[in-house]
Amino acid sequence: MRYEAPTTTKEAVTLLAKEKGKAAVLAGGTDLLVRMKMGISEPDLIVDIKHIPAMNAVKHSATGTKIGAAVSGAKLVKNKAITKAWPGVVEATNLIGSDQIQGRCTMVGNLCNASPAADSVPAMIAAGAKAVVVGKTKRRTVAVENIATGPGKTSLAKDEVIEAITLPKRPRNSGDAYLRFIPRTEMDIAVVSAGVNLTLQKGVVKTARVCVGAVAPTAVLVPDAAKAIIGTKLDADALANLAAACSAACNPIDDKRGTIEYRTKVAGVLGRRAAEIAFKRAGGA
Amino acid sequence: MAHDTSFTNQNFKVVGTRVNRPDGMDKVTGRAKYGADLSAPGQLVGLFLRSPHAHARITKIDTSRAEKLSGVKAVITSADLPDLTNGAQLDVLENCMARDRALYDGHAVAAVAAIDQQTAKKALKLIKVSYEILPHVTDVDEAMKPGAPIIKDNIFTSGVDPKPKKPSNISKVSEFGHGDIDAGFKAADVIIEKSYKTEQTHQGYIEPHACLATVGPDGSGELWVTTQGHYTYRTACAALLGMDIAKLKVTSSEIGGGFGGKTHVWVEPIALALSRKANRPVKIVMTRDEVFRATGPTCSTSMDIKIGARKDGTITAASSVLRYQNGAFPATWAMLGAMTSWACYDLKNVHSIGYDVLCNRPKTAAYRAPSAPMAAFGVESTMDLVAAEIGMNPVEFRIKNAAKEGTRASYGPTYGPIGIGPTLEAAKNHPHMKAKLGKNQGRGMACGFWFNFGGQTCVDLNIGSDGTVNLALGTVDVGGARASMSLIAAEELGIPYEQVKANVADTSSLGHNDTTEGSRGTFSSGMATIFAARDAIEELRKRAAMMWDIPVEAVEWAEGEASAVGSEHGNLPALSLADIAKRAASTGGPIAGHNEVVADGAGVSFASHICDIEVDPETGGTKVIRYTVIQDAGKAIHPDYVEGQFQGGAAQGIGWALNEEYIYGDDGRLQNSGFLDYRIPVCSDLPFIDTEILEIPNPNHPYGIRGVGETSIVPPLAAIGNALSNAAGVRMDHTPMSPPRILKAIEEANG
Repeated sequence: MRYEAPTTTKEAVTLLAKEKGKAAVLAGGTDLLVRMKMGISEPDLIVDIKHIPAMNAVKHSATGTKIGAAVSGAKLVKNKAITKAWPGVVEATNLIGSDQIQGRCTMVGNLCNASPAADSVPAMIAAGAKAVVVGKTKRRTVAVENIATGPGKTSLAKDEVIEAITLPKRPRNSGDAYLRFIPRTEMDIAVVSAGVNLTLQKGVVKTARVCVGAVAPTAVLVPDAAKAIIGTKLDADALANLAAACSAACNPIDDKRGTIEYRTKVAGVLGRRAAEIAFKRAGGA
Repeated sequence: MAHDTSFTNQNFKVVGTRVNRPDGMDKVTGRAKYGADLSAPGQLVGLFLRSPHAHARITKIDTSRAEKLSGVKAVITSADLPDLTNGAQLDVLENCMARDRALYDGHAVAAVAAIDQQTAKKALKLIKVSYEILPHVTDVDEAMKPGAPIIKDNIFTSGVDPKPKKPSNISKVSEFGHGDIDAGFKAADVIIEKSYKTEQTHQGYIEPHACLATVGPDGSGELWVTTQGHYTYRTACAALLGMDIAKLKVTSSEIGGGFGGKTHVWVEPIALALSRKANRPVKIVMTRDEVFRATGPTCSTSMDIKIGARKDGTITAASSVLRYQNGAFPATWAMLGAMTSWACYDLKNVHSIGYDVLCNRPKTAAYRAPSAPMAAFGVESTMDLVAAEIGMNPVEFRIKNAAKEGTRASYGPTYGPIGIGPTLEAAKNHPHMKAKLGKNQGRGMACGFWFNFGGQTCVDLNIGSDGTVNLALGTVDVGGARASMSLIAAEELGIPYEQVKANVADTSSLGHNDTTEGSRGTFSSGMATIFAARDAIEELRKRAAMMWDIPVEAVEWAEGEASAVGSEHGNLPALSLADIAKRAASTGGPIAGHNEVVADGAGVSFASHICDIEVDPETGGTKVIRYTVIQDAGKAIHPDYVEGQFQGGAAQGIGWALNEEYIYGDDGRLQNSGFLDYRIPVCSDLPFIDTEILEIPNPNHPYGIRGVGETSIVPPLAAIGNALSNAAGVRMDHTPMSPPRILKAIEEANG
């Protein structure tokens, strides 16, 4: 096994492209190292991206915010501008693991691990976040919902890495929220989750995005749930319709963490509760 | 020397104070050495190959390629481990290494010792095992059905007449009780009958099993190991490997939790066997996955509970049918469940029957008051149902039926002074009982019982030339033995606690001590320490008499010093322990006390718990918001430790009640062998657990000690079930009472 720590994204993708065996990208390592320890993953090459300056940067511009792929959860929460604009995205990212894990884990790592239960992903999808994907020959921008294709699988080519996540510029009167259900209070993995992002105009929901997690092979963007609340003041009927749409979008499995019926029901409950929080954060009443 | 073990009321000076624990500094600074913390020059890494099948015949194991790998120093299969046990420990041997059949997912089939972890891992991949997969069964009720796969051909149900001719998964049937239950149920105004299930749980100790084994060419060996009973480990390892007991020195490391799981050997005999074959020290540290799959969790159960009562609250009859899943080897856990199930109550007509059942799951081990929590879940839940049916307060209903001094226990003996009534009265009067509840919150309570044990114990007490005292203990310090024994020695000798240093001696330095289990440590070693100290005092008096040149009868010991009594000697200045110790060389040599004892008369212990829980009716999520433990300690030697035991048992019981369970797939493989999906509570899941210590002296111990470690895990399952029922209006009959199960019950109740 070889370990490389390139200092530019170009070098990183060149290493990945050249590797004939199995290659793995290392950011915080909170998934990769665990898999290696368990003997599930045995890469021939590890490319550590933490030493690439572009991957560690957070940049604000007229179009939005760019968060480097190696920015940890602990670093993210210290960024006041992001925490103010996107409390849902930040709270979702901060739910990953423990305090110790927060010092290492990243949103992009969470995304590329491609677990259906990833906490930051439904919040990013609801936020309309995009991934800046860099390959050996080209760069492309991909909506976050198009990265994971199934449990443990992504749409990234062998020579591609995600350099950063971009969050769009925030209109006024916007709010987002993320909720997950776990049987414990922390140190757990989502049995079902929901992220909601919305913008109000004169107290009425103008735009919205709703995403549910851990209820299908990938996180599911639910346009019907958004439709259910757009044009409303989030009255009881709208919330009930949103919950029903979230439940209808579920295609879960029975497993050690929950049952099909449980996940389907609770996806609606969490979608509704997250919408209420996002609404309040947007200044709704 | 025979000593009087009966209780003597006295005013203690240091016993009962909250002194600093002697192991605290080492533990918080990282200096304490646990099982994995010792290394030896030239040590090898030992790893196991384990069965991926729940049940399979092993037709062939080819280790030749692994043996040829550079860096591999020894490979072991069952062929290297002939049965030297006279049958007595054959199950233990077979569990340490599968012989002709793999009996559960995770059953060891081979082991290697290599120069490093990577080489050992590579070697495991080179071992080729041929399996013929057999039908398996992991559910206790399924395993009892006719036509279920038979797990062991040599098991015939014991305890039934006539002796069966065909092998069975039911290894033992045990019955207890008295009176006429049919007549009792006929006399009842109300009868409640209900079935319950509890899933399998693990003790969840944070420190995995770990050891360092060395066996030399002369056949003598050493084992450094995390264990609750290093003497028991020595006996087992010596028997399994054909070693002389005296030639195997076992040293117990600091222990990072045991709760019954470290009372039996798992990897240790194999570490010794690998070392013997490789002629190098071998270190083995289990992974968490291995701990879950291949050490000893407690049983899953299925049970039917029936209680009949008159409208005035008198129980007229009670019966329990208990089926305990013991894993792939026979055990007597259902017997213990049947013994404990009705122990809290004074019953005229009572019957319990326990079925011990084999399944394709790991060999079960003790888990804190083993078998009692499950039976209590069924009994105490049904007690609440009966109380509700007759319209009586559940605490009053229990008080009315509580056992007391002179009650004939359902499992046979007649009780002496006991604490069930007093803990119930304390619960009734506790402020917790009267506190207001919020929306979606409910309160429940439940009682619990544990026998407590005594057993073989041996203590040495050595006085240094400066008057400080060493205690050599043989009961591993799992819950404060060193602090408690130091307090007791200080009390007896009349010296400050700080002047005593207690150590857990290795097996070659002290006589045999039974394992620290059954809440026996403080009871038994406490007794032996008292008598060892009194033995030393006799010697101190002799030395003082010699120094003064007066008869020993004229010397008395009090307040840590020798005084001469009587008109002719009364004006001699008293001699302190240090004064006498300083002169030991010229008065007869080192001064020591010693005691060996089979500690009899352990005092039974009872507890009543109160729990408040909040339920989210939309998700089935729960939060324990208040919890109170009231328990009889006999005498609390070190109250901090006693409270810690009360809180720890409650914490484990809460985890068991709400989220912990072994989850098996249809393939018979364990699906959650890690702390992510085997959910023990984290700190933020628990409220502060309040405690109230009652002290009802055990008449059979000089200080009145009973034993406090286990009873606290018995009531929580039912206390939570009862609280949940009051919070959400649904009666849960299956642990863990996890959110999906609760939500399902709520939805079913709502139609």
